[in-house]
Amino acid sequence: MQAQPLSFWSTPGGWTLITVGEVLLVTVGVLISLAFLLWGDRKIWAGVQWRKGPNVVGPFGLFQSFADFFKFVLKEPVIPDGADKTVFILAPVISFVLAFGAWAVIPFAPGWVVSNINVGILYLLAISSLGVYGIIMGGWASNSKYPFLGSLRSAAQMVSYEVSIGFVLITVILLAGTMNLQAIVDRQAGWIWNWNVLGGGLSNLPMLVVMIPMAVVFFVSFLAETNRPPFDLPEAESELVAGYQVEYSSTPYLLFMIGEYSNIVLMCAMISILFFGGWHPGFPTPFLDAMPSFVANLFYLAVFIVKVVFWFFMVAVVKAVVPRYRYDQLMRLGWKVFLPASLVAVVFVAAWRVFGPGGPGAS
Amino acid sequence: MSFAARVKQAVQGAALLDFAGAFGLAMKYMVQPKKTVNYPFEKNPLSPRFRGEHALRRYPNGEERCIACKLCEAICPAQAITIEAEPREDGSRRTTRYDIDMVKCIYCGYCQEACPVDAIVEGPNFEFSVETREELLYDKERLLSNGDRWEREIAKNLELDAPYR
Repeated sequence: MQAQPLSFWSTPGGWTLITVGEVLLVTVGVLISLAFLLWGDRKIWAGVQWRKGPNVVGPFGLFQSFADFFKFVLKEPVIPDGADKTVFILAPVISFVLAFGAWAVIPFAPGWVVSNINVGILYLLAISSLGVYGIIMGGWASNSKYPFLGSLRSAAQMVSYEVSIGFVLITVILLAGTMNLQAIVDRQAGWIWNWNVLGGGLSNLPMLVVMIPMAVVFFVSFLAETNRPPFDLPEAESELVAGYQVEYSSTPYLLFMIGEYSNIVLMCAMISILFFGGWHPGFPTPFLDAMPSFVANLFYLAVFIVKVVFWFFMVAVVKAVVPRYRYDQLMRLGWKVFLPASLVAVVFVAAWRVFGPGGPGAS
Repeated sequence: MSFAARVKQAVQGAALLDFAGAFGLAMKYMVQPKKTVNYPFEKNPLSPRFRGEHALRRYPNGEERCIACKLCEAICPAQAITIEAEPREDGSRRTTRYDIDMVKCIYCGYCQEACPVDAIVEGPNFEFSVETREELLYDKERLLSNGDRWEREIAKNLELDAPYR
């Protein structure tokens, strides 16, 4: 009997090609959507302030981000005399690479994920914690006081809010019983009450008392985590000029900028996946079963994108309407409100899992 | 703050009432008409008293108005004006040099207030940005050409403002 000739795509070479292609697809897709999200951010901000926003480059100013991109790339990168050159250049690269590395585990539609690993949430947590290194290195290597102060603030802030984000993630993990992002999303299929924000399933519905606040805590914490207003203390224009980015120009600055926005969109994707059903539209979709899986996946992808864009819209509006927090208020909110609240929530959800319906301790 | 007030504040904060209100206001503002003026294509109306770029005016017969009295040079708080004068061949007193350093100028309008013959005026033009500093050191020729170019608008503005002087 003759062995079937191995398909090229299952050899190590072909497998590598496929993976590289997937990575490129995700990276380029995210980059291009970032360009338009940045434009949308500025448009929303302008709209709330009765302004028009960018409206000159292309129709409705749609290509503003590309114009900015070319402007940044064509400028001369200035490296200060006193700066540590290696670290100075490395910092934005680290920010950028980590921001895009996190997208590897984000499932866009059933099966459409670069790496479907079982500890997806831990991976995301690890990568987003590493992101602070880019900022600290940038501030330290600049050898200048405002960038340094900005990066210190940023480090303290990110560490503080990481804790509450961690506990919020634990509540979701407890509800879902898995750390695989794809499995978490699959658990939220069907009607809207299966979404984790409403407890994840009819029998868990009482948990919405805990999960809705947890979704809010996650949203606010991710604003702080990504240094978005109202928690943009590291780059508070009125006090620190631009924080850790002061000494940066040209492409290194662009990398910081893209990394920051990539992180924001990543967090929007995360809140959609963890709490709001990922690619599931909130109602059963039996009509999709008859269709080819590619078409069905496109529908799911569209649903996912709509959710991400909705959360990005919320982030942009928050930037427009909420005044910046003072530093002690920021720390108080993180350590004295969110941390105890999320800790109590973890206890509640854990108790529900044990003593609630279907749990091992249920009477 | 009383205990009840603190509890009330905490509950309001936890219920995101402030945020919900601000969000509603933001949505309301977003759909309202924009106030932006598309500057290079649209411009706001200017007051007749607007103090923009300087100009030296002429009489309708083409004779320059300035009589080199140097009142503007004297009153200029930024000392941006430099004037040199000597009698012309026909015996009339005219300037040989009339420079304004537009970098020093603070656009206070004292020079046009001081001028007894309405020769130096600040016209309605505010779009005279240039790429080098030297181009902002205006000499007499430049100021006179400004006057020729903007005479219509300047005359109209002086006429509109006359009742209030």
